[in-house]
Amino acid sequence: MSIRHGLLALLERGQMYGYQLRAAFEESTGSTWPLNIGQVYTTLARLERDGLVRPLPESDGGQRPYEITDAGRADLTLWFATPISRADRPRDELSIKLALALTTPGVDVRSVVQTQRSATMRALQELTRLKFASDKPEDLPWRLVLDAMIFQAEAEIRWLDHCETSLVRYRPAPGRPISHPEAVDRADEEARR
Amino acid sequence: MSARTEVLQLRDVYRTHGTGEAAVPALRGVSLTVRAGELVAVMGPSGSGKSTLLALAGGLDRPTGGEVLVEGESLGELAARELARLRRRRIGYVFQDLNLLGSLTAAENVALPLELDGVGVRAARKAALAALAEVDVAALANRFPDQMSGGQQQRVAIARALVGERRLVLADEPTGALDSQAGEAVLHLLRRRVDAGAAGVLVTHEARHAGWADRVVFLRDGVLVDSTAPLVGVEQLLAGSGR
Repeated sequence: MSIRHGLLALLERGQMYGYQLRAAFEESTGSTWPLNIGQVYTTLARLERDGLVRPLPESDGGQRPYEITDAGRADLTLWFATPISRADRPRDELSIKLALALTTPGVDVRSVVQTQRSATMRALQELTRLKFASDKPEDLPWRLVLDAMIFQAEAEIRWLDHCETSLVRYRPAPGRPISHPEAVDRADEEARR
Repeated sequence: MSARTEVLQLRDVYRTHGTGEAAVPALRGVSLTVRAGELVAVMGPSGSGKSTLLALAGGLDRPTGGEVLVEGESLGELAARELARLRRRRIGYVFQDLNLLGSLTAAENVALPLELDGVGVRAARKAALAALAEVDVAALANRFPDQMSGGQQQRVAIARALVGERRLVLADEPTGALDSQAGEAVLHLLRRRVDAGAAGVLVTHEARHAGWADRVVFLRDGVLVDSTAPLVGVEQLLAGSGR
């Protein structure tokens, strides 16, 4: 997600200036995504450049509030209506790490799996504890953010369980040792002869 | 935490099914301590020994090696009658199949273990109503199981496990086929009882459920391979989510 759309969504509630936007952003994401004020102003400047927000006259206190434009509203509507593409997310370091562990000599893959599973389980315990501690109705947005993190952690553990089961059955194909560069080089040379 | 009473202790426990060539080891040298106020989740794939561990902890099965102690009493040294009494008085079980008796009301189901233990009908009913109130279904006391939803039945089953002064609560996939909200409510109840001073063991293959525990242990082929406690700082965790 972009901070852009976060700020647009907040301005849809009414005009706000920078510090108010930052506070409202952190409140609505349960502080899972801390913003610094610089990010807020940079983003506002870009939104203004693109015609999605417009600055209003400064208040007596010297604060300049912003309001959303019709174009901004249309952009926000589109954002809510469009699913987030999985391809837009950062590459998953863990899956890359496991794939490499499997093909790197001397790495105990089951131990890599278990180490990760324990770490993710700890995080899951901590998240559950946080969720258990917040039971007020007004905490619902925060609890839903926590739920998202809980389900993601759970999915990762399930995937690790699946990896482990697959590892038990895994036997590298005979006669074709993997990830020994010299072996590949030799095979290439033989092929060339 | 370390000063808390040890409610359940498994000391180098072995359990082998069958003998000779057909012998299948289910547990191989498992040691585990669960203290009052502590909920321990046991995770592992099918066949890793989770349910065997729970059956041994509850005195429903006997180890082929090692020792199981509940509140300091070695289960192996108890005669069958004493073991049965200890099970009724100090251990509560919540199973995946609810095992509620269809011909008894919710209150009667919950009072049953007390009555079997010689508690008078009136006192048993009073304790049953308190246990039903603890799991928020006091209003269903006079309903029969088939007049309740799955979630309500599971709450009654939990009330039955908690009734009286049970110090050890053992749960085997207690959320069964419940939807995620109802399942969460069940774990909430378990957590609450443990926070009030019981010791709990939760067998599950769902990480999200194990998340409710103070400690999660992993079983692989009858051996405990790892154990976790939530040590991660909250700030670190939340900062990590904003990538």
